[in-house]
Amino acid sequence: MSLVDEFELGLDAPICLTWELTYACNLSCVHCLSSSGRRDPRELSTAECKALIDEFQQMQVFYVNIGGGEPTVRPDFWELVDYATAHQVGVKFSTNGIKITPEVARRLAGSDYVDVQISLDGATEQVNDAVRGQGSYATAIRAMENLAAAGFAGFKISVVVTRQNAGQLDAFQAIADRYGAQLRLTRLRPSGRGADVWDELHPTAAQQRALYDWLLRNGERVLTGDSFFHLAGYGEALPGLNLCGAGRVVCLVDPVGDVYACPFAIHDNFLAGNVRGDGGFTRVWRESELFTELRSPQTGGACTSCSAYDACRGGCMAAKFFTGLPLDGPDPECVRGHGETALSTVLAGSAPKPSLDHSHRTAPVPVTIARRPPQRACDESPLAVAAG
Amino acid sequence: MSTEPPARPFDLDGAWRLDERVAIRPERFGALLYHFGTRRLSFLKSPELLAVVRGLAEQPTARAACADAGVADTELPRYRAALAALASSRMIHSRSV
Repeated sequence: MSLVDEFELGLDAPICLTWELTYACNLSCVHCLSSSGRRDPRELSTAECKALIDEFQQMQVFYVNIGGGEPTVRPDFWELVDYATAHQVGVKFSTNGIKITPEVARRLAGSDYVDVQISLDGATEQVNDAVRGQGSYATAIRAMENLAAAGFAGFKISVVVTRQNAGQLDAFQAIADRYGAQLRLTRLRPSGRGADVWDELHPTAAQQRALYDWLLRNGERVLTGDSFFHLAGYGEALPGLNLCGAGRVVCLVDPVGDVYACPFAIHDNFLAGNVRGDGGFTRVWRESELFTELRSPQTGGACTSCSAYDACRGGCMAAKFFTGLPLDGPDPECVRGHGETALSTVLAGSAPKPSLDHSHRTAPVPVTIARRPPQRACDESPLAVAAG
Repeated sequence: MSTEPPARPFDLDGAWRLDERVAIRPERFGALLYHFGTRRLSFLKSPELLAVVRGLAEQPTARAACADAGVADTELPRYRAALAALASSRMIHSRSV
């Protein structure tokens, strides 16, 4: 049995676990996959977080990817990082850089067990700040300068590939080289607020092809979180595991302890349980109905007859779900174009909405990227009369 | 997740050990290895390979560790390649270093 086949059946513990510590964030990125902004009053307490780390240690989860929201704004953030690393649970945390002062950078550089990932969605201030908000480019660059000055080699620069930055891949690599960092490229998902801007932000078919060629040339030194496996349909598989790991080798624990199949699927349909329940996280991972189902043989549905199916395996579950496509059909960004055809049959407004929204109530209006315009006048107001 | 870097020639008759910053998680297909220093993940694709890796520190040579784990001579090239990949990703080290 191949390793991919083994992983499809699931493991006793996740390989890659994302833990979002808080929904609070100082930014309001237009594509935020968790619709973050405001803290949720039910977020796990420090003691509950530590008990969860104890479980991760027992399950031998080697490291957790901590995110948010902006995790560093939690007052107990460093306490939890120290607790995890003291319990053989490594930490890789994603941040917009707001708290990475020279002093924090020096402290981080001293630990083998902590890795840092700075989010940057444009290689230029203009492209980045249009998506992540004014001043966010400068904040990220300052954090990188501080990490580099402290001697933190190989921290990550995490880029969500969009239509606006897809032409900047070499420029991102140059930034990574300048600070001794490693570039990480991931796929834009129509999750959270990402659903509102997906139509304008997701790469074009030509950009996807260029991205694939770029990854084939540079893939060994660039991380992708295995998020572009749908591009394997072009022919050659990209480095990494080419499968959807949701509920099999990957999952998400959200700030209130809910366990979802993957970080891009914050919706009741993908909610497996809560770490506060009997048996904790371990039981959710090993016994929940949803994860058991995800580990059973899946049908390729409409994709089964496609010659690329063995390579792309139908693509990303979350991307299909939040664009209103059936889970056993093509990915919305199917490289053979089947996704576009399928999308044209989805009724406007019929795609499922995320179950949670912690967006700031006064989110700054993005500078250059418009929200998805209403498809028909009546989407905006049931009483509107269509013009023309 | 990790992809192993290209393998260099591996000395089966040398003495080897696991890096002290590597954690092993046994799995039904073999094991997962994680190196806390390089933050890389590797997969051991059989329980026999796991037995070989675990035996490295106690056996005088990698060849002896393979024999002790029941690896047939005809299988040695495959195990040598796997060990070479582990050495080049710094999961295992020569004990002389």
